[in-house]
Amino acid sequence: MTTTQPIVVIENVEKRFGALVVLKDVSLTVKRGETICIIGPSGSGKSTLLRCINALAPIDKGQITVDGIAVNDPALDKLALRRRVGVVFQQYNLFPHKTALQNIMMAPVQVLKEDKVEVEARARRLLAKVKLSEKADVYPGELSGGQQQRVAIARSLAMNPKVMLFDEVTAALDPETKKEVLHTIRELATEGMTCVLVTHEMGFAREVADHIYFTDGGVIVEHGPPAEFFARAKEERTRAFLEQVL
Amino acid sequence: MQPVAEFFRWLADAHGINLTIFYDSVDRSRFLTGLFTTIWLSIVCIFLSILIGLTGALIQGAHSPIPRAAVRSFVQFFRNTPPLVQLAFFYFAVSALLPMVTDRHGVKVPLIDNVGWAIISFSLFAGAFNVEIFRSGIEAVPKSTIEAAEALGYTRVKAYLYIIMPLAFRVCLPALGNNLVNLVKTTTLAYAIGVPELLYAAAQIWSEVLNVREMMWVLLFTYIIIVAVLVFVMHRWERALRIPGYSA
Amino acid sequence: MRTLSGTTDLPVLLPRRMPSATEWGAADGARFFGSRTWLFLLLAMSALSVAAQASDAPARAGIVETVWKWMPLISSGFLFNLLVSAASMVLGTALGVLLGLGQISLHPSVRKASWTLTQFFRNAPWLVLLFFAMFLLPFELRIGGLVIPLPAWLKAIIGLSLPVMGNVAEIVRGGIRSIPTGQWESAESLAFSRMQILWQIIIPQAVKRMIPPWMNLYAILTMATTLISVVGIQDAMTLTRGALVAEARTDLYLPLYFMLLLMFFAYCYPIARLTLMLERRFAVNA
Repeated sequence: MTTTQPIVVIENVEKRFGALVVLKDVSLTVKRGETICIIGPSGSGKSTLLRCINALAPIDKGQITVDGIAVNDPALDKLALRRRVGVVFQQYNLFPHKTALQNIMMAPVQVLKEDKVEVEARARRLLAKVKLSEKADVYPGELSGGQQQRVAIARSLAMNPKVMLFDEVTAALDPETKKEVLHTIRELATEGMTCVLVTHEMGFAREVADHIYFTDGGVIVEHGPPAEFFARAKEERTRAFLEQVL
Repeated sequence: MQPVAEFFRWLADAHGINLTIFYDSVDRSRFLTGLFTTIWLSIVCIFLSILIGLTGALIQGAHSPIPRAAVRSFVQFFRNTPPLVQLAFFYFAVSALLPMVTDRHGVKVPLIDNVGWAIISFSLFAGAFNVEIFRSGIEAVPKSTIEAAEALGYTRVKAYLYIIMPLAFRVCLPALGNNLVNLVKTTTLAYAIGVPELLYAAAQIWSEVLNVREMMWVLLFTYIIIVAVLVFVMHRWERALRIPGYSA
Repeated sequence: MRTLSGTTDLPVLLPRRMPSATEWGAADGARFFGSRTWLFLLLAMSALSVAAQASDAPARAGIVETVWKWMPLISSGFLFNLLVSAASMVLGTALGVLLGLGQISLHPSVRKASWTLTQFFRNAPWLVLLFFAMFLLPFELRIGGLVIPLPAWLKAIIGLSLPVMGNVAEIVRGGIRSIPTGQWESAESLAFSRMQILWQIIIPQAVKRMIPPWMNLYAILTMATTLISVVGIQDAMTLTRGALVAEARTDLYLPLYFMLLLMFFAYCYPIARLTLMLERRFAVNA
């Protein structure tokens, strides 16, 4: 599925919170259809990087392009960017006052002004895809964490994005429900969706990723295809980290 | 109506419990007019105070510090000064600054009459509380929920409309209900500037019929019933808006 | 009137939440003296004074001078308002504590009666309760051979203490109920009697939570003391009106009433800040 065409290009990005530098000279390329995993200790800037990709956090230096859109352009069309980039958060962040189905339908109807009937059909297909058809009319508060997270994935997919960003989406889940969510992501990846995952699931990363990036202290320390990365890490910091988590 | 009137007439003659509002048509219509004025005044002020509260809460979310500080001062000032003095301030002082107008009988009258000032004064008073109530409701919506909306392409206005407001409103409802109950109780102050609301009507009746004791009880129970109805409606509303599995 | 912030199952005003613990500290002094609020009020006042002056150009005596002249008299009236507020608060709190404890009594009839009284006095308008006391209390009380005269000011204090009583009862009940049942159970298992549990374990914990809403109630009461002017007792409000009648100048209405508002603000706003600070401190410690 992977082509050579890049869809997300990150060049020499720097991001500061006050005096604190969270991202330092970060460069990274994601090709269409590719799945990449960003790993690293907490506080290494992984989540910030994801948030920069869809302009939830502005960058201070460098350049990010997503499907030809310059994210750091002051005249950025945010809607155009966000149609292309779907985000799934660690805490699901479903809208608690709407049912699962309504959560999926909301943005396409209210933001993209699409036809309600069409959107509903699509939303039901997506619910079936994440295996939650029977939960269509249930409110988020009545769903388990894993179920909520799968609804959140379906909600992002309803915008027909070209890239999906996953920000530690299984970190808040217990092992049983974790599996369901990872299964959904694996399916998406094999179908050819471009996925960028920030994750602590090393086994999963090794299995689904085309490329692994290791970040620490705001810089990309090392990257490579999973087989090589996990077997023969070159950097001392990477080896120390892998030793700790594996 | 006839047997009821007969009963109360008998009650007055036999036991001295004189409830003229049940058998004297003049007093009855006075009382009902007062009741109607209180209810009408309450509804208008509830509506306006909610409007003021929403506007204030929206301004408090603004980026510029000057309108924020202005709203804050308004809120603090109206919360921490007596509503009766506020009413006098508007009715006597501010009113004196406004031009007089000629009514259709050719008489010069103030631009805003006592009912108008009562509405303005009570709406601002309750509105100041509503600003705080709505603001705390908006603050109770998690930042991450707003971020999720942003990530789905919602603009600021749309996120407010479809996600923040519906959630914040549910959080606000109990406090809002309580403030509205207080607003209804505050409408009695309009008595001081001669607005013919319930208390005023009752006072008129008891000063003529000299049935202070009876009218006082009628008055207390009428207010308790109005408040009870409002509380009941607010509770029903809260229940209707309750989301399964979600506690605000 | 205003509502109480506190923990009850009845609809009450939400405490204004800003739960950051780190904020509590050095910044409190600055917060207490209230930043831009005062500045804005001064600006508003000068703007209004200018407007007032403009509306009556050939001012006889200067407005500031005249306001200054009446200041001592109105201040004395304001002091009377404060006295009334203190007396009503003491009386209302004493009665309210009894009523509040009555609501957790083991006797269902006591409990029900206390609840009904609480709801009645909480939900009736303050002004109506004041009228109630002014008109329906006798001019003197005879207890045995003892005759206690009830002058109007004393009736007014009683009248204002009635809603205070209802609200204090609710604060007490809410405060006691906010202590987890585990405290009752563990104390019971240590063979404390009910009275001992209540006074030695529950109430000392609950008092902390009752103080902020109680202070808030005091501020409300202070503002409500102006209602006594409606039933003919001389207070700051009555004296302000008297001063205006004596001067017979429309350009004085605005500054004099504004000054009266400011007097109350100067007294009640610090109480509100202090309440908020205590609320936060207790929330942090809890």
